[in-house]
Amino acid sequence: MLLRAGDVGVLLAGAGLVAALTAWAWSGDRGDSVVIRAAGRIVKNLPLTHAQTVSVDGPLGTTRIAIEPGRARVVADPSPRQLCVKQGWLTQSGQAALCLPNQISLEIRGRKAAYDTLGY
Amino acid sequence: MTRSAIELPVTPDDRRIARLAALAIGLTLAEAAIPSPVPGVKPGLANIVILLVLLQYGWRAAAWVSALRVLGGGLLLGSLFAPGFWLSAAGALASLFVLALARHLPSRHFGPVSLSVLAAFGHIGGQLALAAWWLLPSAAVVTLLPVFAAAALTFGAVNGVIVARLLAGAASSGRQSASCIPPSAP
Repeated sequence: MLLRAGDVGVLLAGAGLVAALTAWAWSGDRGDSVVIRAAGRIVKNLPLTHAQTVSVDGPLGTTRIAIEPGRARVVADPSPRQLCVKQGWLTQSGQAALCLPNQISLEIRGRKAAYDTLGY
Repeated sequence: MTRSAIELPVTPDDRRIARLAALAIGLTLAEAAIPSPVPGVKPGLANIVILLVLLQYGWRAAAWVSALRVLGGGLLLGSLFAPGFWLSAAGALASLFVLALARHLPSRHFGPVSLSVLAAFGHIGGQLALAAWWLLPSAAVVTLLPVFAAAALTFGAVNGVIVARLLAGAASSGRQSASCIPPSAP
């Protein structure tokens, strides 16, 4: 009998430890707020604490943004290629979704920024 | 005629520990030839011997074999008192400490695989603790932590299964001698 009941438990606990260490060591900085810009100007800076929906107007129309605890995404946007909508949920500090040509952008901020600025 | 004043009595226990330590050192040397993508990730084949010694002759003998293995391995690999030697020693020490606690687990439920996996985690824990404190006091160790932990789990489980098989084989084939390690040639 190679494996006893406790052995399976130890192996599962070990696998859990490996998974926990992986999640802890390899996950980046989780964001805690979202900055929404329209035409380059910050229009809203919201914490990622509770669920809400935000609508921001751009040159093409209204962009709707959904915020949930720990994440945010663009729900609807009038831009033709829908790239920022297809990006889905943003969770990590530094992640951003740009809705062009509606000139709306979404950026997740964490405790410390991974870089000072990004140029597009 | 005067006899030599210094006489070191050698007990059968000493001979057995020396023989097992030689086996462990041999495995350490063989393992050093295996290329590894990440320094420090090794199968830890010598731990098979340590575990067998622990299960058959007790913790004291295992500690002796482990200490001789680290010392002899360092001597033969040319890394005696180099950083790698101290990492190895810290790992062996932590692993022995874990085994000292883990061997009191009820053996009905916890077999060699449990001991091997726990010892492997102890080994890598001791090594990384020393490395983080002494060699790389930065976040570099944290990034590699999942790799080391996954290696410890994998190799610990494999070594444990090997130990369990060796013990089962010894129990079924040679009932007269409970030892799975062949007795020395006369």
